[in-house]
Amino acid sequence: MTQKKRTFTILVLGMILGVLAWGAFNWSLELTNTEQFCISCHEMRDTPYQELQETIHFSNRTGVRATCPDCHVPKEWIYKVIRKIKATNELYHHFIAHDVDTPEKFEAHRLELAQHVWKTMKETDSRECRNCHNFDSMDFDRQEERSANRHEEAIDNGYTCIDCHKGISHHLPEGYEPDTPGGDDEGDDNEEDE
Amino acid sequence: MKMKTTVIAALMASSLLISLGTTAFSAEKVASLRGTHDITAKSKKPSKKKLILEEGGFERSYKLQPPLIPHKVSKYRITIKNNGCLKCHDKKHHKREHAPMVGRSHFLTRDGKKLDHVSSRRWFCTQCHAPQLNARPLVKNEFEGWSPCKREECYR
Repeated sequence: MTQKKRTFTILVLGMILGVLAWGAFNWSLELTNTEQFCISCHEMRDTPYQELQETIHFSNRTGVRATCPDCHVPKEWIYKVIRKIKATNELYHHFIAHDVDTPEKFEAHRLELAQHVWKTMKETDSRECRNCHNFDSMDFDRQEERSANRHEEAIDNGYTCIDCHKGISHHLPEGYEPDTPGGDDEGDDNEEDE
Repeated sequence: MKMKTTVIAALMASSLLISLGTTAFSAEKVASLRGTHDITAKSKKPSKKKLILEEGGFERSYKLQPPLIPHKVSKYRITIKNNGCLKCHDKKHHKREHAPMVGRSHFLTRDGKKLDHVSSRRWFCTQCHAPQLNARPLVKNEFEGWSPCKREECYR
């Protein structure tokens, strides 16, 4: 076997192995990116998944639905891998810390958990929402007047989806006060309204 | 002896009549809100109706009527912890959302004490306030309403 031929063989073998290894990696990555995987832990199955089922993201007129990873895992590869690495923290809480393993414990941590998600979505400009919901494809004429006005306001002022749409797929933490941007009329009293 | 036979015959005849009568009575259809359906039969499917979206809200039919809901409510959850309706109808948010405010009576406890949040006895909005369908009433109803009921007068 000449030197040239050996190099060639190694190269071809390496390529085949590389494709297989890459495929296997991505395949297993996608396995962890399914709803079935998410709800294989009772923490997710017993609380967030139950709450999702009441919402329009689970059941609606056209039968298109969002699964857990559609909202909680980025689609772009590099962000997805980063999220997957961060998810090892969730493994720690599931296997070692056991701090949300009952509905009661989950409830106690609900505000904190929600704030993590809200913070992430704010930072990414609601990237996962926008995988499906795109302002360019939104026909304001088909929306209710209130929604259309608020969406135009959001475009003008650069609000992001999660600024207003909190608690749409899971229950809000107890005592949560809406903090939609644009300011509220504080302590308004309509005296004639008796 | 003859007397006895007559009595027995009369008794038998009357019992036969009674039993016939009972059978006839039980075969009679029982009418309920479902109509005269056989009890074990399935009800007729009601036709699907869409909610009425009434801009500006429904007129009240009588004074102090809980206002009817003129929009869809399926997205708003009311749980013991949170009330989705208050996202727009609360004291703090109603102006910005151009929504009517929760009635002031809803901030009172049963002892008349004024709270700065909606009283727990008024928490479950849909107990009194209901969205409307354009459906035929199940039973005939001759209620005409208190008319004309101007919005300002009725609104409290």
